[in-house]
Amino acid sequence: MKHPKYDKNLEHINIDMTKYKTRLTTKFKNRKFYTKADPRMIKSVIPGTVRRIYVEEGQKVEKGERLLVLEAMKMRNYLKAPFLGKIKKIHVEMSNVVYKDQLLLEYE
Amino acid sequence: MSLKSKTSDLKKRMQGVLQGGGDKAIQKQVAMGKMTARERILALLDKNSFHEYDLFVEHAGKDFNMEKKYLPGDGVITGIGSMGGHPVCIYAQDFTVAGGSLGYMHAKKITKIMDHAMKLKVPLIGINDSGGARIQEGVNSLAGYGEIFFRNTMASGVIPQISVILGPCAGGAVYSPALTDFVFVVDKISKMFITGPEVIRTVLGEEISMEDLGGAKVQAEISGNAHFYAISEQECIEQIKSLMSYIPWNNKKKADIFPKKPPNTKDYKVSEIFPTNPKQPYDVRSIIRSISDDSEFLEVQQRFAANIVIGFSRMNGETVGFVANQPLVLAGVLDVDSSNKAARFIRFCDSFNIPLVTLVDLPGYLPGVDQEHAGVIRHGAKVLYSYSEATVPKITVILRKAYGGGYIAMCSNHLRADFVFAWPTAEIAVMGPEGAANIIFRKEIKEAEDPDTIRKQKIQEYKKKFANPYVAAAFGYVDAVIEPEETRKFINHALEISKDKSEVRPEKKHGVPPF
Repeated sequence: MKHPKYDKNLEHINIDMTKYKTRLTTKFKNRKFYTKADPRMIKSVIPGTVRRIYVEEGQKVEKGERLLVLEAMKMRNYLKAPFLGKIKKIHVEMSNVVYKDQLLLEYE
Repeated sequence: MSLKSKTSDLKKRMQGVLQGGGDKAIQKQVAMGKMTARERILALLDKNSFHEYDLFVEHAGKDFNMEKKYLPGDGVITGIGSMGGHPVCIYAQDFTVAGGSLGYMHAKKITKIMDHAMKLKVPLIGINDSGGARIQEGVNSLAGYGEIFFRNTMASGVIPQISVILGPCAGGAVYSPALTDFVFVVDKISKMFITGPEVIRTVLGEEISMEDLGGAKVQAEISGNAHFYAISEQECIEQIKSLMSYIPWNNKKKADIFPKKPPNTKDYKVSEIFPTNPKQPYDVRSIIRSISDDSEFLEVQQRFAANIVIGFSRMNGETVGFVANQPLVLAGVLDVDSSNKAARFIRFCDSFNIPLVTLVDLPGYLPGVDQEHAGVIRHGAKVLYSYSEATVPKITVILRKAYGGGYIAMCSNHLRADFVFAWPTAEIAVMGPEGAANIIFRKEIKEAEDPDTIRKQKIQEYKKKFANPYVAAAFGYVDAVIEPEETRKFINHALEISKDKSEVRPEKKHGVPPF
């Protein structure tokens, strides 16, 4: 068994202001960092296929207005405008397969 | 007809079943690097010990032309044999017969051998190699799975249940292994998932191979569903034999006692392995080997959540379960995965009368948004729950740091460890000196002309006062501060005097653990 002293894979982890020398796992390194959600960025909450887009770039939308349809597991999910505003950019096209958390539309 | 011709008729009939799915199907099986179902059973069991039952069972399918088909043994071999002289009930699905698919009678054979295992109170070994439900038999194949799952649950904690995944095990079928105690997988052969790559691709648009979705490595390293990983079926069989030697054959028995052997303290010398500075890493498995009989240690879930180490050793010939923080990986912190890993192992040991030896060296729980959002509160609580609930002898050795919630969780005196020993290097405190000093002396440090010097000074002050085992020992939370070389002696003595330990817990149907 290799003595840790000669281990080249050692890195640091900081717990309660103390730096410990240790190996980091891939799972730990790949962990998702938290970022505060920007309400103007409309992301998909489920994976699915874009079946219809109701709006165009530059269009003003009312709260509750349909933005697009996302089909997943044979269910049509209507994505509605969360608030009043103007759509700045549409990042997807018809029939696009989108992943969870993918950016779909952007408010101004 | 004479007895002789009756007998030869029987032999002929048997021969017809024993060939399984026939030469062509067997060749296919071998080409995949797999053994046949029968070979697997024979390789696992003691020589000439296998007694097969239900050889002549035929399938019950009536639709889709199934009634015209003959499926030898209905695609599963069941029987009783022995391992290390102890009887075991065993079944092996035969992929060469209709892809080992599970129909009504196939399931009946399995549930019958499971019922035997429960009546006879002997371990159950299930070898899975099946394409899944036999769709032609409709709801009867689902019923079959349900009957298996119910029996798995009833048998849990009564007899050891081992699942060996030597082929596909997909869809509902995966829940049987998930309900059993130990799951064995083999590289490139085992595949486990609820929904396969095809469904994932068509429904969600995610492209993934079977191997990357639920291959042996994934189950052993990422999901933690598997407990033992091997690169060949042969290695897998050796692993099963090794595990079986450590565990009792039911919950009223103790594991076999082996001849006492001292550890190899030449290769595992604590003074060489163990750094006293709590920020430096070492491999805690070497410490286990410096204590255990013949320095043996059978590690469970070696590849999953390596920041905690669990597994079996023997002390003075008797099986113990080791749970140890691993400073070599993520500084040995407790997190979602390591908590789950430890908690389940503790419950297995408690169910099967295996004393627990806990080695403590951790800075606490892993901080992070991902951990909090993944429910580390609930998962971490499982460790507390399972230790508190366990009534087997519980011996704890605090090697170095034991900070905060981690100290409490790792089988502390407060969770009713029978004996807590601490090395002189132990630091039992709410947190590490750096963090503590910065909180306690925040004002002094902030207002000082030279904050860095004051901070360093205060850290030293705190270290001197609290970074040792004696404060905890003064309150009786540590039973003895011992020299590292005395560890084996103290553990063996504690185990010796705990043989008739009995502890009564409040009467209840069952608790409600933070699942």
